[in-house]
Order: sequence, then C-alpha cells, then structure tokens
Amino acid sequence: MAAYFLRRIGYGVITLLGVLLLLFVLFFAVTDPDDIARKAVGERARPEVYAQWKTNHGYDKPLIINTGATGAGRFTDTLLAEHYRRMLTFDFGRSDADDSPISRRLREGALPSLGITVPLFVMGLVVSVAVALFVAFFRETYIDRVVLVLCMLTMSVAGLLYIIAGQYLVGQLLRWFPISGFDPNPAVVARFLALPVLVGVLSGFGADTRFYRTIFLEEIGRDYVRTARAKGCGDARVMVRHVLRNALIPILTNVVVQIPFLFTGALLLESFFGIPGLGALTVEAIQGNDFSTLRTMVYLGALLFIAGQILTDISYALADPRVRLG
Amino acid sequence: MHWVSDILVVLLASAAVGVCRYVSGDRFWRENATELWRRRPFAIAIVGAYLLIALMDSISWVDPASDANALTSGKPRTIIDRLFVPETFTEASYSAPLASVAFYGGQPLLHPGAHLLGTDLLGRDVVYRTLKGVRVALLIGGLTSLVVIPIALLFGVSAGYFGRRIDDAVFFAMTVLASVPTLLLLIALIMVLGKGTVQVCVALGVTGWVHFCRIARGETLKLRETDFIAAARALGVRDGTIIRRHILPNIAHLVIITFALSFTALVLSETILSYLGIGLDGSWGQMIDQARNELSRTPVIWWNLTGASIALFTLVLAVNMIADAMRDVIDPRTRREG
Amino acid sequence: MSAPLLAVENLSISFPGEAGPVRVVDRVSLSIARGETLALVGESGSGKSMTALAMMRLVPKPGRIQPGAHIAFEGRDLLSLSVPDMRAVRGAGIGMIFQEPMTSLNPVTTVGDQVLEAIELHAKLSRAQARSHVIELFGLVGIPDAKHRFGAYPHQLSGGLKQRVMIAMAMAMRPRLLIADEPTTALDATIRAQILELLRDLSAKTETAVLLITHDFGVVNEVADRVAVMYAGEIVEEGSRGELLGHPRHPYTQGLLRSIPKAEARGHRLEEIKGSVPRPGHWPTGCRFHPRCPHAFAPCPGTEPQRTTVSATQAACCHLLDRSVEP
Repeated sequence: MAAYFLRRIGYGVITLLGVLLLLFVLFFAVTDPDDIARKAVGERARPEVYAQWKTNHGYDKPLIINTGATGAGRFTDTLLAEHYRRMLTFDFGRSDADDSPISRRLREGALPSLGITVPLFVMGLVVSVAVALFVAFFRETYIDRVVLVLCMLTMSVAGLLYIIAGQYLVGQLLRWFPISGFDPNPAVVARFLALPVLVGVLSGFGADTRFYRTIFLEEIGRDYVRTARAKGCGDARVMVRHVLRNALIPILTNVVVQIPFLFTGALLLESFFGIPGLGALTVEAIQGNDFSTLRTMVYLGALLFIAGQILTDISYALADPRVRLG
Repeated sequence: MHWVSDILVVLLASAAVGVCRYVSGDRFWRENATELWRRRPFAIAIVGAYLLIALMDSISWVDPASDANALTSGKPRTIIDRLFVPETFTEASYSAPLASVAFYGGQPLLHPGAHLLGTDLLGRDVVYRTLKGVRVALLIGGLTSLVVIPIALLFGVSAGYFGRRIDDAVFFAMTVLASVPTLLLLIALIMVLGKGTVQVCVALGVTGWVHFCRIARGETLKLRETDFIAAARALGVRDGTIIRRHILPNIAHLVIITFALSFTALVLSETILSYLGIGLDGSWGQMIDQARNELSRTPVIWWNLTGASIALFTLVLAVNMIADAMRDVIDPRTRREG
Repeated sequence: MSAPLLAVENLSISFPGEAGPVRVVDRVSLSIARGETLALVGESGSGKSMTALAMMRLVPKPGRIQPGAHIAFEGRDLLSLSVPDMRAVRGAGIGMIFQEPMTSLNPVTTVGDQVLEAIELHAKLSRAQARSHVIELFGLVGIPDAKHRFGAYPHQLSGGLKQRVMIAMAMAMRPRLLIADEPTTALDATIRAQILELLRDLSAKTETAVLLITHDFGVVNEVADRVAVMYAGEIVEEGSRGELLGHPRHPYTQGLLRSIPKAEARGHRLEEIKGSVPRPGHWPTGCRFHPRCPHAFAPCPGTEPQRTTVSATQAACCHLLDRSVEP
C-alpha cells in the first residue's frame, strides 16, 4: 500500500514538472518576453526603463542556454531554470500589470474564494446526490422522466445566462440579496454569497444529477442488490445501506476531481458578483495582459488538480476493500 | 482570413456528405440512423435548420451588378446578408420588437414594424445578428472537432494498440494536459496565441483532444484483448489493416457520441470566453455579453438578450437530446424496449 | 397429505416489448410440500429463474406478474400481502441463494455483516448475540475459522466459500423454504458436490423445503425428491425423481436425459436436442416444443396439449399421452 502511494505521488511530481514545461513553452517560448515588456511599459518607453522592467520581472535571461555564462551557469542561469526554481519554491514575483507582489494578492484572494467555493461545492454535491438518489428510487416513473427533462433543460442554458438572470430576478425584481459586492464581516458575508452560490448550484445541477443517477442505476442493477432484497431489506434501506455505499466510490472519484475546478469555476461568479477572490484576480489578469499572474494561476490550478487526483486515488484505495486489501 | 473559413466550410460539408454515404451504405449505421430519426424527429429537424442557416451564411460571392456600390465596398456577401441587407436595414439605436418608433426619444423608425426582435444599441437588427451567430456556433463545434478527432484517434488508437513506449508518451501528454484546469488552459492558450476564429478553435482543440484520446485509448485497449483481434493477429493481418478494419469501426460510435456531447460543451464555453473578452466575433456569447447590462435599464431591454439566448438554448438542447438518444440507440446496454 | 407449504397457481409474468407485452412465464402451477426438495429443470431462457423470483415478489422492473395468479405460502397469498408483510416473508419465511456468488455479495461490506443484516432485519437481538449466531451459522455451513472469516470481504473468499456465506445468509432465520437458483453452476466440479451435500444435509436437519433451480440432471439426481421440467415458459412434465429419471414421458424430458454423457454409452455420439429454446415472444403455436420434437405429428402445431396424468405423482403435457388424439 505504502509503495503504491509513493509511486502515485512520484508520478504526480513528474506530471507537475510536465505542466511547468508546458507553461514555459506557452509563456516564454511562444509569447515573446519582449512583447510582454513592451506592452507593460508602453511602446515609447526609453530603453533603460524597458531593460529595468525586464530585469525586475525576471525576463532578462536567455531562454534555455546561457551562452554568456560558464560552467553550470550555462544551464542554470536561464529563463527555463529560473521558471522551474521560482514555481517550485512558490516565489511568484510581481504582477506584470501593476508590480504588486503576486503572493500577497493570492493570500488576500484565498479567503473570499473559499467563501464561495466551499458552500457551492457542498451544496451542489448534497443537492445533486440527493436528487439523483431520489430519482433512481423512482426510476422508470413519471417523476424520473420529469426530473430528467429538467436536468436536460438546465444543462442547455449557458452559465453566463444563469448569472445574468439570477442577478436580475433575485437581485433586482425580488431584492432578496445584494446583486454584487463583498464584505468579509461574518455577520453579513452570507448575504453577499447567497446569490452566487445559488446560481452556481443551479448551473451544475443538471449534469451532476444525471451523472449520479447513472451511477445509482448501475448499482441498483447489480446482483448484490437483489440479494439484499431477498433477505428482506426494504427499498429505503437498500438504497442507503447498499446502493449509496457502493456508489460512493465512483462519486468520490468525481467529487475530488471537481475540487480544483471549483477554483476555476468561481472565475465567472466572482468576477460577476464582485467578490475579490482568486477567480476575479484571474479575470483581471486576462483583461490586463498580466502574464505572470495568469501563469501563477494556471500553475496553482494544475497543482491543486494533481494533488486532488492523488487524494482521489488514495481515498479510492482506502474506501474500496477490493483495492485496500488487495 | 475569410478564405480559411471558406475552406473549412467546404471541408465540413464534404465530411458530412462522406458520413451520410457511409451511414446509408452500412446496415448497422443505417438502422441506428433510422431509429434515431424515429425517436427525435424534432431535434434532428432543428439541427438541420441550423445547418441550413449556417450554410446559407457560408456561401458568399460578389455580384458585380448589384454590389458595386459604396455601401458594400465590394466585399463578398452571403445569402443571409443579401436577404437582410444589413447595411440599410438599421436604425439609429435601440428599438423594441415590431416597434414603429425608436426606444429612446420616440422618433419614427426607418423600417417601422419590420424588426421582429427589435434592434440593438447600434441599431442593428437582432434577428439578423442572431442568424449570423449560427455559423459561428457551428464553426466552434465543427472546426474544433475537425482538428481534434483525427489527432485524438491517431494518438489514442496507436497508444492503445501498440502500448509500451508510445502508450507511455501519449499517456504522459494526456496527464499533463488534463492536469491543467480546462478553462485556465483555454485562457492561457488564447492569451498566447491571440484572438481570432482559428486561434480560439485551436485552443479549444488542444484542451478538447485529451477527452477524445482517453476514450479512444481505453476502447482500443479493450478491443485489443478481444478474441477477434487476437485471431486477426494470429492470422498475420498487418497492424494497419487491423486498426482500419476492426478497431476504427468499433470505436466509431463512441467518437460520434463524444463529439455530440463535446459540441454542446464547446458552444457553451464560448459564452464564457466572450465574457472574458476572448470570444469569437459575432457569436451569441458576445451578444449576450454585450446585452448583459441592458436588463438593469428601465424600461427593460430584453430582446437583445432573448434572441441570442434562445438561439443558443435551442441548439444546445437539440444536440443534447440527439446525443442522449444516440447513446440509447447505439449502446445496447441502455437500449430500452418499447 | 396436508396442505402444501407453497402452492403456485396460474403464474404468468410478462415484460413490455416493442409490440405489446411479452410473456416469459406462462400459466405455471406447482407446489412444494414441507421438507421436500423440488427441482425445477430447464434450459436457460425457459423462465425458471423468473418463476423463482416471482415467489419472492422480486421480478425485476418492468416485468409484471399477470393478474389471476396465486402464490400461497403457508396458507397466505403472497401476491396480496402488503409490502412490509412481504418483506417479513423474505429472508424469514423464504430464503434465496443465487447463481453467482461472486457478484451476489455486497463487495464493500464484510460477509459477517451481510449475514448479520439478514438477522437484524427479522429478529430483535443484541449485536453480540447476532454476531455469535452468525459465527455459529458459519460453522454450520462449513466455513472454517468462522470467527476470523466474519470480518472478511467477499473478494477475499473463494467461490465455494462465498456460496457457503450465501447459504448461511439464506438459512439465518431458519426459513421454511429455500430457493436455490443454480447454486452450483458457477462453481468447480469438486466444490459443486460439497455444496450440494451441504444443501441436502441442511434441508434434512432443519426440515427446510428446497426449490432447486438447475439445468443439470446430475444435480437433480443427487438432491431432488420431485422434479418439474420447464420449457418456453411452461411446465411440460412433473413427477417424482424416480419417475422422471426412469420413465420420462415428455419428448423434451427424454431429449434432455439422452443428452447427458453416460459411462456405458462411451464411444457413441452424444445425442442432442436439435435447435434451441425459442425466445419469449417467439413461441411456436400449439405445443411449443413441436419444431424440435422427433415425435411431432398432426395435432402438435395446431392445438396446445393438455396436462395428462400418468400416475399419482407424474403428469406431462404432450399429445402422445392424450388418448383422445390417437396418432
């Protein structure tokens, strides 16, 4: 078991190194650092300002091979080596757009982001698993069909529209919650998060419910369910004790994979509802051509994803006795 | 860049004709197509209508007799353009559906009662803009798949079939790409490649091929272990022949279903890109994005948002329904009697 | 003879099909006395498993038991019981074991807990009491090292042990009837004999009646008191073991028996019944066996044969036995 975990973590590290290579190709090789610098300081800036900016932001080295250096420096004193070193030590430097330290902005944005993603994640999961279980219980009846049609309809609406419609309906017509904004004060924070969480849950509802329903139906069709019924289990007990318990394994896999996507899924919500989280930071970076911040966000997203994958595999191994006990 | 999309339209159209000929020639596919048509006639008709509109908006030419005026400046115009004549069929600014006076100010319109869904801020007809969006939406899905499917099949099938080094390499590439959250990777690619139809589609393709590839690889791995492939190998059939004759036809249904499902995801994700300011010009996403503050005006300007939203919703719903039915029809495990 | 433990009358089961409902079981009647072992024999697709599931009211959706059927168990009609009452019968009154011990056990729960659940559902026992009862049961069905095996997961046990767990689960509440649906089909030949012996011993010791579903006359020969043969949804012949194995009257039963390899017939080509069981919804008219029957004659394709009594215990549905239609 320990060997399995170690191997799994080792592969995760290798994948992360691959992601960093991909980022290097995209942000240093395909994008010319000179372009970034020119965009940042303006076309007409003096050469000294331009050179100074490049030095400050770490764009002043050769890409892969430093012909000017000697010994190991030929390879270590380059953008590639620098990129790996900084990303792996979480030294993200300064924003290309406004020179603010990226790590400070990450720290500031983390809390509001978690404030929206955690409730969104928990509520979305509970709602869709509960509805899916309910629908699977009433499979092949009109309840099942109605919910399936509802899922299909909600799946076919663009996420952007949910936000627009949600702001209009709840915020403007009904005036239940503020349309946008954020106040970290715990007494009022819920008022600002309610609407984005509601919109987020709704936009993911259809696809998730259908997915979980399929899992439940697959489990319901298995032989052990028939065995449970043959020994006198009632329908509810069969669903909870047998079906749900077995379905938890595939559900778990799906859920852990979603964790980093919440991080990006909040992109639109945060920016739209004026929540100063990491998603909003990313949108700002896109609009302001802030490559260094964007690079950092992509890296962190991938890092979270890989960690999530490793966690999934480990929890999968622990949850399923067939894997745990070999 | 207009010629690029012209070539693509020709490619897409010939691919469609090829698929139709193959389907009508093969019993399995013909029966499935018939069954699909029996189950979802409306959805198929809707998609057909969208295709027709997109085609009408793709055939363009310069007519020396009528286009030689200053308004069109000699650019090629499509059938849709010729039907609407957007150069003259405009107003000064907003007007409500079928109104005869302008929304603000109340001056009489140039074309009273002629704008079925009103006009937008710049006075453009909303129906015209919505119809123009059809082609963009289909290009996003169609073009991306055209890039993605061959690449994904090549890598996925060879990884699954040959295994070992090739599989390791493809699997590593897939893991790396899949590790970056899709939306972030998409944004990064478009930021780096620049905006534009082809760039956006390439970016969507790079993020999209992993999914296809994983399915192709998994299915090939499964097929390779089956008896009929083992028999073909034992008989000394060449690898290329086995892949062409036995593996590709057996994963075709999965590819089609995955395509239909990813099509809707592509069209929907374009709206997000539009919101971020990196979407395609003339897409519904852009229309929705531009109209997103109009709901907060009093009186409410709803038609601009409605046109694009309904067009988008209808297309995605129809494709979703077809994909769902297709899965039921092709996959015998989920095929219900009656 | 007193009232039978279980009496099935006029049982028909249908599934919705492309062109209206399709019957998979057609007007089946049979009965089992207390302590008796009845073997229900037939090829796959003949409807025997569905008949067994109907007795537990576990016919999978969207299948339906047609109105007009009666299943009397200890004098109560199971088909008109309330859902909670039926639940009380399952496991306590009637136990059931299935063909595939590999998939019939819940993979994420220990086998001990699964047997424990069968007890918990029907008896108010403390967990410790129930646990010791389970361990006792494990010993009874021949699971070695029962205490240790309580906490094992299904995948850690062999097929034979898993089937023993299934038997322990079905017998946990000392049911009056045990339905065993092909209990040995998925097992190796040596294990098969052990499981059959266990079933025979248990049924004798606890006076449990057994409905054994099988396609294997070897199994029939070893454990059955009486035999009923099913073909295309119908019971075509029934009788005591001796009668059916010694003097089968229906050509289908005769064909089945001839297709068993025998030691004395070495060197001869094994006989088989030509063709295969027709699919539900595609049953021939008249006698459903006539297209495959070597003795088919004039009335067979047209009229359905009536049940003809041959002895006090043997009866068959065949025109050859019906004196009113002489060939």
